[in-house]
Amino acid sequence: MGFKKFLAKRAITMFGVLMATLLVTIILVGSNMDSISKQSAALEIRQQVTNNKNLLSSFKTSEQLDSYIENQIKQRITALGLDQPWYSPQRIGLSMYKILTLDFGHAKFLTSDSGSSDVKDIILEKLPRTILLFTTATAIVSVLGIFLGTVAASKVNSKIDRITSGLAIISSSFPVWWIGVLMIFVFAFLYPIFPARATPDVSISDPGYLGSLLYHMALPLITLVIIGFGSWAYLVRNFLVGVLQEDFIMAKRAAGIDEKRILYSHALKNAAPPIVTILALSLSGSLGGAIITEAVFDWPGMGRLYFEAISVLDLPVIIGATYVLTAFFLVSVFVADVLYGYFDPRVRRE
Amino acid sequence: MSFSSKTIWKEFSHSKIGIVGIAILVILFSMSIVAFVTIPLDSFKTWNDPASWLLYPKSAQPAWVNYFQSEKIPEHLILSPVVSSQQLDSVSVLTNSFLVNYQYDGFPSDFIYQYTVKYSGSPLLQVSVTRPDGIVLPLVSTSLPFAKDDTTYSSMIFSTQDVIAKNILDKKTRYAFSLDGISSEKIIFSKLDENTILKGTYVFQVRLYDVSEKPVLSKSNLILGGKVYGIMGTDELRRDLSVGLLWGTPLALFIGITVSIGSVVFGLVYGVYAGYKGRATDEVLMRFNDIIYAMPALPLLIILAVTIGNSIFLMVGFLVIFGWVGIAKVSRSMALQIKTLQYVEASKLMGQKDYKIIFKHILPQLLPYAFASIAISVPGAITTEAGLSFLGLGDPTFPTWGQILHDASSYSAAARGMWWWILPPGIMIAVTGLAFVFMGQAMDGIINPKLRQR
Repeated sequence: MGFKKFLAKRAITMFGVLMATLLVTIILVGSNMDSISKQSAALEIRQQVTNNKNLLSSFKTSEQLDSYIENQIKQRITALGLDQPWYSPQRIGLSMYKILTLDFGHAKFLTSDSGSSDVKDIILEKLPRTILLFTTATAIVSVLGIFLGTVAASKVNSKIDRITSGLAIISSSFPVWWIGVLMIFVFAFLYPIFPARATPDVSISDPGYLGSLLYHMALPLITLVIIGFGSWAYLVRNFLVGVLQEDFIMAKRAAGIDEKRILYSHALKNAAPPIVTILALSLSGSLGGAIITEAVFDWPGMGRLYFEAISVLDLPVIIGATYVLTAFFLVSVFVADVLYGYFDPRVRRE
Repeated sequence: MSFSSKTIWKEFSHSKIGIVGIAILVILFSMSIVAFVTIPLDSFKTWNDPASWLLYPKSAQPAWVNYFQSEKIPEHLILSPVVSSQQLDSVSVLTNSFLVNYQYDGFPSDFIYQYTVKYSGSPLLQVSVTRPDGIVLPLVSTSLPFAKDDTTYSSMIFSTQDVIAKNILDKKTRYAFSLDGISSEKIIFSKLDENTILKGTYVFQVRLYDVSEKPVLSKSNLILGGKVYGIMGTDELRRDLSVGLLWGTPLALFIGITVSIGSVVFGLVYGVYAGYKGRATDEVLMRFNDIIYAMPALPLLIILAVTIGNSIFLMVGFLVIFGWVGIAKVSRSMALQIKTLQYVEASKLMGQKDYKIIFKHILPQLLPYAFASIAISVPGAITTEAGLSFLGLGDPTFPTWGQILHDASSYSAAARGMWWWILPPGIMIAVTGLAFVFMGQAMDGIINPKLRQR
């Protein structure tokens, strides 16, 4: 199988997953969404009628008025296609088409910082912040982890190896958000070095906004790095230990090549495919984990948006955010696959 | 690839961290048993009922902080009585004495006497206190409401009641300072020459006089209000955190173990079936696996919890939905290898049925891997459930550790320095996770000897 065919196959699978996730989400929130849109249609009609004084005075009894309003609501619901049950194929198809074309509709309660209630605007405002925080964290973690893991792998069973492995095991059993709460407790209240809430307190137009944003980002960033680099180093170490046992490394050693060179250029290169895959996967995985982490630190990104949308059950925002999170997740899975296939041709031929 | 259970155990017992893991697990299981035995199921059900925690202090630190402090913070004491009764001519006297050796460097915040009495007629209730210096202060003297027949009467006497203040004022000549505006407990527990705490043994006596019949005090507790309480302290809603933490143990173990066993069993059977059948079956099953594998778990878990429900059993089901995929992938590739082995082919040729081959010849080979995966996937299940509970999406009727942390964050415990509310639940989550990670590591070392090399 050629590389192009491999790519095409993966892309189709990913698109299928995206559709499946979307479908599951729509089905899960469908009945709630249905009643909410019906209610808002009814409310709109009622407001229109009560605001129209001429129309209001033309009715003699209140029964007449009520039946008129009822009629209007029915007409509006039919016009919007809401008379079909929410699980009818047309309606599900329509909602999926709308979401695919990034038309998420308007949020019920939430607004963006600039005041827009368009879900697309809200997401476009929050997304860069999440990417900023988590990409920076992943970059720091992976550099630290690859370095530490290589050192540990070169000296198996040494003190540094044991410390790395121990750190990895311990840090993997603590929930990130709990460490976050602890960090806030210690570094924001006990020793007030960093702000407790990570939302910058100056407006976007202010020239000091970037500085403020970075200062507020420090605590969540430190937490993510502390909790992350141990397990990274451990993974890199395990891959490298495997590679270092291969015959070709033996051959290089026998040829008298410098041990450092073997480690950094030959062994690390061969351990690269799984490492790169996990790098891409952990980046996307952290996006999902962002929901809790951002809620703890009050970081104004996608995760907190998601959390807020769920606490007030703002369904258009929930659907939009799920779509965007899934899309990002899938893109990084796809990139991971492609990189793996690029580095390790055996995968393509499977 | 093949292991007998004996050799596995032998290898396992040589691994230090494996033993540590088992030791922690044994401790956690004994804690669960203690929770079942000592804390009645009722008090765990009343976790969210504020009425059942009225006697407890609000946001009290654990009592042991006093060991690290020169100035002892008054402890919240719930005292039980020493009961005696005597007959004086026609009058029967029931005495409940509460003895307290008060050695703290501060006044109690208040005191409450809570009682339930069975009587007929109109008995007289008297409360007095004998101070370490021998002075007796009468506090309350009241007759219970008249009742013709046997009745049960419950009430409370608060230190803030005017009667007590009035009764104490009668003794004001003994004090060298003015008693104006000082609350009762600060007078009762004060030195005579200045308004500071008088340490020593105080005896509160409750006497019940009755002519007609002997009254019975079925409930009688004296509560001295303080700022530290118990082993784990209390939270903002006066709940004893040790009860919640103790009950969280069996809950966490239940969630972790059920989810991991469920995921591993399902994933194993699914993967082995796909690998064994091969061809179109394999293709379809694995594409479905791919779809679930690539779904973002946490957002969907949240949506499921919001729309379908958040009972603890549903949660377990949701977590299994996203837990089995990885295991199915690995067990499929293992099954692909095993099915080419000669003995499997032989039994196939002999006309053995498919499910028999799968369950008799292939699955047993994967058992060591299955146990390791069970151990490794427990911490993930526990932390995910805790995370969902922390977001407020957990089952609110159960005091899981995540639920306690959720309450802590919604009452902004971090900002108020209530470390005893934040630290223990997280440590418990981590320790439970560690126990299983240790065991998983030890098993991993047996299955993949490559990692132990050199």
